[in-house]
Amino acid sequence: MDAKLKETILNPIFKGNPITVLVLGICSSLAVTVTLKGALVMALSVIVVCGISSLILSLLRNTIPGRVRIIVQLVVVAMMVILVDQVLKSFEATYAIDKQLSVYIGLIITNCIVMGRIEAFALGNKPWPSFLDGVANGAGYGLILIIVAFFRELLGSGTLFGIDILNRFGYVPNNLVILPPFALILLGCIVWVQRSIQKDLQEK
Amino acid sequence: MEYLSLFVKSIFVDNMIFAYFLGMCSFLAVSKNVKTAAGLGVAVIFVLLVTLPINYLLNTYVLAPDALIEGVDLSFLSFIVFIAVIAAIVQIVEMVVEKFSPELYSALGIFLPLIAVNCAILGGSLFMQQKDFLNIGEATVYALGSGIGWFLAIVALAAIREKMSYSNVPAALKGLGITFITVGLMGLAFMTFMGIAL
Repeated sequence: MDAKLKETILNPIFKGNPITVLVLGICSSLAVTVTLKGALVMALSVIVVCGISSLILSLLRNTIPGRVRIIVQLVVVAMMVILVDQVLKSFEATYAIDKQLSVYIGLIITNCIVMGRIEAFALGNKPWPSFLDGVANGAGYGLILIIVAFFRELLGSGTLFGIDILNRFGYVPNNLVILPPFALILLGCIVWVQRSIQKDLQEK
Repeated sequence: MEYLSLFVKSIFVDNMIFAYFLGMCSFLAVSKNVKTAAGLGVAVIFVLLVTLPINYLLNTYVLAPDALIEGVDLSFLSFIVFIAVIAAIVQIVEMVVEKFSPELYSALGIFLPLIAVNCAILGGSLFMQQKDFLNIGEATVYALGSGIGWFLAIVALAAIREKMSYSNVPAALKGLGITFITVGLMGLAFMTFMGIAL
């Protein structure tokens, strides 16, 4: 694998992370981080939608007229989201996926990561790098989601994936962590840690 | 009376930003000063107020099970229909405003096209689908309330950020980090409305 392709994959995961550096896609993400399972499902859905719609739009990039490209992008992304949503609905009963997740799956359509990567990368690059770029950005997003969900479920319910971890030692679950605002405070702390390591990202 | 309680509830209790985190991207990006924040806020109220009732009618008379043809459930199409309606309306609204009120157009400026991909707008339609409103009046009141809630939130954050530029924030926390934490604390304050039964 050549260096450029490797850079395409590794950059979105840490150095150019979509959430903490580009500030994209915070909208639909934070409400699903109460449990680790919800975050994992959401992360996988975004990886699939982002990767495949980047691939499709990259294949179409020379045939789409510039003026109508936003509508074409929305239609392709919406189609992918409907597919993911239908697949999840069929597994809903088996794996007890939270019903509220459905609203946030729908919101992947307007998730800026998907549209942003299509605009910035897929429309100007060959299909294979575009696909990798989509998947890598989805993964960078998923990574942050999973870190936030890990702390929120561990401290908020004392469990991980629904399995008791802290409660057996007499831990009293902290309800503050379950509340939505805590996700933002946690995200602020992640940004703080990342920018302390990477000093070039700091704002003046 | 029910309209009033729905109105107050959608502004404060079910606030789009502090309770559901919708429209976060533009909320964080366009909150650097109060004037532009207010412009975007007004545009959001406006677009919500137009799109949500239309999507309500489509949802009730076309997409709901048995609505169009007996025994046919089209609800799986709702995402694509809603986003198409929103994108189309935003385009039409932009053209109409440009033609009839150039002043408003220059005030809203680049915000109108951006709004097509604002999650608060699509989120409003998706929550409307879950809430089972009885008639179009309720859907309109809900749209107005959520829009005003979003407007208040972005203006409040912009005001805080203007003041914060004079504070001594740790270097790594400056900008994005401290904004996240501020929004979190504002959200905690908004949580006090949660216990109010209306």
